[in-house]
Amino acid sequence: MRGLRVLERILSTIPIVFGVAVIVFCVMRFTPGDPIDVMMGREGHVSQEQIDALRREFGLDKPIHVQLYMFLSRAVRGDLGNSLTKHRPVSALIRERLPATVELALGALVFSLVLAIPIGVISAVRQYSFVDRASMAAAFFGISMPAFWLGIISIIVFSVRLGILPSYGRLPYGLEPARVTGLYVLDSVLTGNVSSLVAALRHLLLPSVTLGAPMAAIVARVMRSSMLEVLRQDYVMLARAKGLTEWAVITRHALVNALIPTVTVVGVQTGVLLGGNMIVETIFSWPGIGRLAVDAIFNRDYPLVQGVVMVYALTFVLANLAVDILYTYINPKINL
Amino acid sequence: MLRIHNLTTEFPTRRGAVRAVEEMSLSLQRGQIMGLVGESGCGKSVTLLSILRLVARPGRIISGSIHFEGRDILSMAPAEVRRIRGADIAMVFQDPLTTLNPVFRVGEQIRESLRVHRIGTGRTSRREERETVLSLMKEVGIPSPESRYWQYPHEFSGGMQQRALIAIALACRPKLLLADEPTTALDVTIQAQILELLSRINSERGTAILFVTHDLAVASEFCHWISVMYAGRIVEQGPVDEVIADPLHPYTEGLLRSIPRLVKPRRRLSPIPGDVPDLIGLTNRCSFESRCDRRMPECAERPVSLVDVGGGRHVRCILYE
Repeated sequence: MRGLRVLERILSTIPIVFGVAVIVFCVMRFTPGDPIDVMMGREGHVSQEQIDALRREFGLDKPIHVQLYMFLSRAVRGDLGNSLTKHRPVSALIRERLPATVELALGALVFSLVLAIPIGVISAVRQYSFVDRASMAAAFFGISMPAFWLGIISIIVFSVRLGILPSYGRLPYGLEPARVTGLYVLDSVLTGNVSSLVAALRHLLLPSVTLGAPMAAIVARVMRSSMLEVLRQDYVMLARAKGLTEWAVITRHALVNALIPTVTVVGVQTGVLLGGNMIVETIFSWPGIGRLAVDAIFNRDYPLVQGVVMVYALTFVLANLAVDILYTYINPKINL
Repeated sequence: MLRIHNLTTEFPTRRGAVRAVEEMSLSLQRGQIMGLVGESGCGKSVTLLSILRLVARPGRIISGSIHFEGRDILSMAPAEVRRIRGADIAMVFQDPLTTLNPVFRVGEQIRESLRVHRIGTGRTSRREERETVLSLMKEVGIPSPESRYWQYPHEFSGGMQQRALIAIALACRPKLLLADEPTTALDVTIQAQILELLSRINSERGTAILFVTHDLAVASEFCHWISVMYAGRIVEQGPVDEVIADPLHPYTEGLLRSIPRLVKPRRRLSPIPGDVPDLIGLTNRCSFESRCDRRMPECAERPVSLVDVGGGRHVRCILYE
């Protein structure tokens, strides 16, 4: 039953993805600037004949609705076209870069949850204590701090001044583990490559913290307030009346209930992680799709931008789907 | 078995301390049912929570002693109190819907109270525990316990939820059951069933029950002894039939007059005029004085204490001093 519902939800994402594809296509076409102009600007003087030939080659001479039709009919077959600037298939470029982005996003997610959930719980249990006030002040700081500032400051402190952490890239040249998933940390573990694992984690640390800080701050605050709410409930009193230790009351009876609103926030924040990664990948020269997107936009590389944005949209939809499914496990009152 | 002496529980507020329970004394024998009656906010529930030391901060117990089987609960270490909670003294709460944890299966919640107190004293297997839970569910009148075991609280009706809570309370065969208005949130017919169940538990298992209610009619049906509370203090105490037939304190009289009667001759209800006094800054003088129809100039002048008027009856009123 659950499996069928999940399938239904997955199928219902198709129109969403289709809509995103159309919108991205149109927005790119209505943006001033043209890929050929950008390319020609680099190549020096070119004749009108050469420009027209290029337009024909890329299909840019056809009316917009024909271009849209061509784009969509290829996209459903998994062909996102060729990059105008890198002269390679968009899908190959994305496949190459996606693991880096996924690894960074997971790093940020793990960092923020591991930090924020215990902080939220402790703050609620010890409300108005020093720990509570200090961590809520830190959370406020975390929310207000832009990623480019936090990223640059952490590079200055940890890489330049202290010299203890690397400031760019995923791994030093030559240390890449054998490719299994493309996630270096996971691959190093799977292949038992300790030196790669250590290096990959060291490279991952600063970007993950930079990307995850705002999320950690939000999750900690949500966790605190929902925990405060839950601790007032009668079932918490019953758990105490049963003779459970305070630890068991909090970790077993209160925590699961307090996690319900937190899961929602994490789902929504995943979108923010994606948005933030363009900036963070640029600061830390992280070879993911965020940087690919930034370059593609500046170069008016229509197919590449379309492809990357499609990936973003799909990730967002899937993250929300995952949250909805997770929900049914922690909240028995909810069915898909 | 249970002897509360001069218990005072206070809640600090910005305007001063609220004495929710003041100099409360009460004793309960094995197998007895004691009703604790009074209006909302008179300190009944706080008394129950004080017995298990579950009064939520910032509330705290200021003074007094609560002896259970000869040992003072108020001077025990927290771990010792935990060993008593749920094992020797269990509690049934007012609103079953909010008292069951919504994310756990009902059967598992009952099993948990078994588990808590079995640690260290011989291991029971999961299967044995399930069997015990099923027989408990049967005992409290939950039909088809095998399938009900795996359901969640929201799949239970109000009456069934309250039965599940009673099963949780009974799991470790407590000697004392603290029942905090266990029927208030239920329909009248269900209410009667739950009361019958509690009565049966009392007579079959010999479990003593301290039964909090604002409903004097329920108390008169169900309890052996009754304590009437007003503004944090006990104003009258005695065997239930005598107190109902011949109330001594003007407040008890007033309470009885304000119960509607279904049989003829009908009479006009006579509510007690006025409101419960502010619990901040109460003195040891009579707190019912402003609403009393038998007040005398003396009432406002000197303190009153609970006096023994014989036959197990106590009353706090200068008429009897």
